[in-house]
Amino acid sequence: MQVIRKVIRTASWFWARHRLLAVFSVLSLLIVLFVLVPLFKIVFLSNKAALWQAIQDTSVLKSILLTLFAALITTVIGFLLGVPLAFILARHNFPLKGVLEGLIDLPIVVPHTAAGIALLFVFGRNYLLGKWFNSIGVQFVDSLAGIIIGMLFVSVPFLINAAKDGFRKVDVRLENVARTLGASPWQAFRRVTFPLARRSILTGTLMMWARGISEFGAVIILTYFPMVTSILIYQRFESYGLTQAIPVAAILVIICAIIFIGFRFFLQREKKRD
Amino acid sequence: MIELKNVDVTVAEFSLQQINLFVAKGMYAVILGPTGAGKTVLLESIAGLHMIHAGEVLLDGRDVTNTVPEERGVSIVYQDYTLFPHLTVRENIIFGLKVRHVAQSKIAEELEWICGIFEVKHLLNRLPATLSGGERQRVALARALITKPEILLLDEPLSALDEESREEMYAQLKDTHQKLNITTLHVTHDFEEAMSLADSIIVINQGKIAQVGKPSEIFYHPSSNFVAHFTMARNIFEGKIIRQVRQEKVFKTDGLEIFASSDKHTAQYAVIRAEMVQLTTEKPVAIANSFRGTVKSIVDKGANILVTLDCLPLFECLLPRQQFEKMALNVGNQVYVSFLPSSVHLI
Repeated sequence: MQVIRKVIRTASWFWARHRLLAVFSVLSLLIVLFVLVPLFKIVFLSNKAALWQAIQDTSVLKSILLTLFAALITTVIGFLLGVPLAFILARHNFPLKGVLEGLIDLPIVVPHTAAGIALLFVFGRNYLLGKWFNSIGVQFVDSLAGIIIGMLFVSVPFLINAAKDGFRKVDVRLENVARTLGASPWQAFRRVTFPLARRSILTGTLMMWARGISEFGAVIILTYFPMVTSILIYQRFESYGLTQAIPVAAILVIICAIIFIGFRFFLQREKKRD
Repeated sequence: MIELKNVDVTVAEFSLQQINLFVAKGMYAVILGPTGAGKTVLLESIAGLHMIHAGEVLLDGRDVTNTVPEERGVSIVYQDYTLFPHLTVRENIIFGLKVRHVAQSKIAEELEWICGIFEVKHLLNRLPATLSGGERQRVALARALITKPEILLLDEPLSALDEESREEMYAQLKDTHQKLNITTLHVTHDFEEAMSLADSIIVINQGKIAQVGKPSEIFYHPSSNFVAHFTMARNIFEGKIIRQVRQEKVFKTDGLEIFASSDKHTAQYAVIRAEMVQLTTEKPVAIANSFRGTVKSIVDKGANILVTLDCLPLFECLLPRQQFEKMALNVGNQVYVSFLPSSVHLI
């Protein structure tokens, strides 16, 4: 009797104090399971022999390397062009700035097949920039360049937004102090603003790279061959069915998991160091 | 030397108009004004951080109106010291030398010199987040002064400190100014801070200069109702001069007459500082200005006591604690307030 009373009392004590936490924990668990179960299933329940076969398949390996590489080039381009834009958006006001900020987010919300078609209209052989690039020997259809512009279009908003938030958090007076101490605008940016916004920019870069790797819709319109992994998975599924698609998907999931968990770990350590 | 000629600046919601300012070389000038008066914008404009729409800025006689901040020889220290949070104290202090590509050996020498002045040597390897308020300020001053600027701008440098460190910093600022003899422009909304540090005070209100003068001039001879209020003169009465009696003017307010020593012929306000009055229980003799009133409220201000009387129509007196306790005043007591005609300032 005494024991039961004690248990009830303890339970009610916890319930009274941690009701919110308890409800939120249950809800959190549901969404975590929703994300993790399919991913775990694809990795651990796929046929071991088929998985081994896929690893040895050079077309799979080539496709994964192509995807990682194309997303990397995309991220470098996005970094060089997106970070300056983010800085301007964070530090200066100009007419129609709000409209521009909204437009930058547009690639996130439009269907990516539509994005691919829009790009084709500009970079296709017979259009505007496509013509000009064609004259210097760069084509955006069925080429690495096509993959890159497809990825760039849909992924650069992630970097711009993250970098913009990062720059906004840097007190403008720190730049002012740097300037009065003798720093040129470039020095103030390099020594003060950029290092202080670095973590946000790094996170944005990672998000952008990840988004590039996973892109399917925009890329398939521009470049079916050479095949990025998302298209390869789709092609195997269409031609040979689920059994052939699963091992490729499993390999991509494993590689991405290693890279991104590793990166998060790195960011955590950075945070502690600060 | 700082000289501003008819300067107009507009930054977001702040606008400064027709600012004329002169601070002689080696002087310690304080800009005094309420929050939102445009004080920080004025400092930043002198540092070259805002575009000047009209007028000229001269530093040591050199026209710098269009000069970039890094070439002005002006250092600014903000209210919360804005140390670079990602750099150690050492890297913060030598920042100005590093960006100018000063040689390593010279940097070490200058660092030694500035550490001697601000006693920050033991802090060099720490990060700003681990410093106390007073330490932060010493580091910020060291960082601002290691480059040997011609002008030091201080934006509310004491307001982030507790009472005790503030006293310390008064001394530190005075001492630094004496040692380096650097032209200093200090911005504050705190009247006492201005009084205790300034060689000259510039009162600014709503983007305009309201009065310039020595602390004593601002204190005893405010040029406007605003300055009088802002310097906590407390007793400001509206009225007019009605006649002259020998050397003294008679100022009429609310049916009462106040004698004032003044060579003014017209005036709108009479100002009597709350600490310049006598409070007595007996009617004083042979004093031109004396009024009877009832004690309405008593507020303890620490060293002084603020007593409000219901005469003229309200009169505030600041009594030293000792005198207050000797008089044993209570709300409702009948007392006499008196003051000399020379304590009355007419505006």
